[in-house]
Amino acid sequence: MHIANFDMLDLSKNFFELFALPVSYTIDNSALRERYRELQRSVHPDRYANASQQEQRLAMQGSTFINEAFETLSDPLGRAQYMLRLHGVDIDSDNETTKDTAFLMEQLELREALSEIRHQADPLGAIADFLDTVTGKLNRMISDMATDFETPSPDRLDAIRERVRKMQFLRKLHQEAESLEAELEEELL
Amino acid sequence: MALLQIAEPGQAAAPHEHKLAAGIDLGTTNSLVASVRSGTPETLPDEKGEHILPSVVAYTESGVLVGSEALANAHGDALNTISSVKRLMGRGVEDLQLLGDELPYDFAQTDSRVPRIRTRAGDVSPVEVSAEILKLLGKRAESALGGELTGVVVTVPAYFDDAQRQATKDAATLAGLRVFRLLNEPTAAAIAYGLDKGADGIHAIYDLGGGTFDISILRLNRGVFEVMSTGGDSALGGDDFDRAIAEWVMQQAGIERPDSTVQTALMRAARRAKETLTTQQVTEIELADPAWKGTLDLDTFNGLIDGLVRKTISACRRALRDAGITADEVEDVVMVGGSTRVPRVRERVAEFFGREPLVDIDPDRVVAIGAAIQADILAGNKPDEEMLLLDVNPLSLGIETMGGLVEKIIPRNTTIPVARAQEFTTFKDGQTAMAIHVVQGERELVDDCRSLARFELRGIPPMVAGAARIRVTYRIDADGLLEVEAEEQTQGVRASIEVKPSYGLSDNEIADMLRSSVEHAHDDMEARKLREQQVEGERVIEALVAALDADGEELLKPEERSRIDAELASFRNLVAGTDANAIEQGIKTLEKACDFYVERRMNSNIRRAMAGHSVNEFEQEAE
Repeated sequence: MHIANFDMLDLSKNFFELFALPVSYTIDNSALRERYRELQRSVHPDRYANASQQEQRLAMQGSTFINEAFETLSDPLGRAQYMLRLHGVDIDSDNETTKDTAFLMEQLELREALSEIRHQADPLGAIADFLDTVTGKLNRMISDMATDFETPSPDRLDAIRERVRKMQFLRKLHQEAESLEAELEEELL
Repeated sequence: MALLQIAEPGQAAAPHEHKLAAGIDLGTTNSLVASVRSGTPETLPDEKGEHILPSVVAYTESGVLVGSEALANAHGDALNTISSVKRLMGRGVEDLQLLGDELPYDFAQTDSRVPRIRTRAGDVSPVEVSAEILKLLGKRAESALGGELTGVVVTVPAYFDDAQRQATKDAATLAGLRVFRLLNEPTAAAIAYGLDKGADGIHAIYDLGGGTFDISILRLNRGVFEVMSTGGDSALGGDDFDRAIAEWVMQQAGIERPDSTVQTALMRAARRAKETLTTQQVTEIELADPAWKGTLDLDTFNGLIDGLVRKTISACRRALRDAGITADEVEDVVMVGGSTRVPRVRERVAEFFGREPLVDIDPDRVVAIGAAIQADILAGNKPDEEMLLLDVNPLSLGIETMGGLVEKIIPRNTTIPVARAQEFTTFKDGQTAMAIHVVQGERELVDDCRSLARFELRGIPPMVAGAARIRVTYRIDADGLLEVEAEEQTQGVRASIEVKPSYGLSDNEIADMLRSSVEHAHDDMEARKLREQQVEGERVIEALVAALDADGEELLKPEERSRIDAELASFRNLVAGTDANAIEQGIKTLEKACDFYVERRMNSNIRRAMAGHSVNEFEQEAE
């Protein structure tokens, strides 16, 4: 997912540096957003609408890079994966998966619950509760992530990697629940 | 030695020169052009004082008519009078069925994927029809402003897909206009309102035009507009309200199979009824042939359109969800498009968002006004302007994978410009080619999505299945246009192809269209090319000189500076000459020579933007 060939612009070595933020999992979201805007203000292609094609091209690349950096850092899962990479752990998110049986069993149960929501008495209430449950689980993982990144020993990095795999499951589940909610709202409201 | 000036990044224009620029709202039913004159954005009228140009083009015995003259021609010559052509922009022949038999035109049978409408002036494509409208508006702006336009901003519905955007841009090019930027209509409306009021916060723009519906959720923060989400329906609008009334009349009057003349009369009566019902409780409808008279009251009308209005509210709900907010976080709801004059629409929108929508700026003009403001900024007339738009792609872009499934590469509502890559591998041993199918849409099956482009990557070195690594990269530029590239990686063999997704117009067809356009005979084409290259060359010189004045001393060593000066001097000679190809080549040479300098400038801009921020606690191991 990462577009690496950005050597031509001598931008900062990593996304955190780009936004002048400390490398830390706990991030100051308002500072990030504020600096993102400042950067786009100086690099966005609209600032170069009248400039040479060369500058326009470069502005496009710069702006694309800043968007990617911003999106990565503002997403808790993306940020975890990115920080793992900074620590030399390259996670192959498409092909590795958790082997934690208890977790996988729980996922099966959650999916089963999701598929039955449509038949409940108050499907909209049920889907809202379901989304809260999944969000709660995700938030707990995010806060554990922050603790582990504070002292990133090899063991902790392994734990983070495992948590990233699990978060991907929950993220997917959350998306499916959201699209079910959208469907239900369209049918019922 | 020149004094060191501090210039705003990207501002290449000489300080005093005001560049002429215009914003064009190319609507389904009506179009407008606006410009910023002495600091005030305003729509520009024709010589009769009319601001609104009906988006109608008529191919008559005596030539092409555009606007109300064309509309007058609709009577009795419906087949040669094209209206609502925006609905056909970027559509393929196979999409026509989707639009139903609502369009009373004769479509030519051709091998082309683009629908062509049969007229007495020959078969015309939707791009050509739109170009007629744009050409007229461009001329109107040039005569009102008294000079040649540097460039224009043309608005499109946020929900327009890639093919529809590309078609719009092509239409502008065909009309001889330089497009600074395609701008989403709701964003244009927000600019018109936002700058007037300087209101930071989250805004919803509800835009119901003649043929399209858009909802956009925007966050405005100190001049930066961020589009949080957008949604809508590119085939739903006020025309559908008219049609609902027309169908009701047909039912009441017992009309079964109206011919195109009766259809036109019906639609006209329906539109009038709709307009009357924006201020009255009841309206009379009268038809001449077949003779019929009846009354339609507001309640009945509301009943006819409730289903359509409900569809728009569902889209609002989706947009809020995508933005991750609830209705009460929205500060303002801005109403855009003539159809928002319908009282039922206002009621439902007010009910859903829990506040009265803003209607202060004429909903018909607000988009053109916003586009004019943006065009003025992009032309470089407002170097101190802080405004910036961060837009998103409206629909997910994906690739076909095994079994006819779609793998999303760039999900909808991602901020643009953006680039995303995904790796794929081969399916069979010794496979040397891979078919790449680019699709757009939210559904999981390829068949349910819109096909944008197909191409093949060849020359993959033969390996066992699953060993090759093919990286497919999707890039969307700031206009929302897509480019796809595929590249084999494992053995360092690089085969890459770039595609511009087509809506079916081949390069030859575009060339034909250009050739057939009467205004550009062969000699004209040559002269035109030279003029274009000269203008481009002058632009390059101007940009470089402004840059050198601003930071040449700071960023360049003396020997680098004299090298660039020498290149610049020889390029000036080329531009003064008459060889278009030499100028074109010269631009490339000069740009190459300045590569390093442009990069330094960009970096220095970034450094300046981040000056004052320091990294407090930088972790060593993270490097």
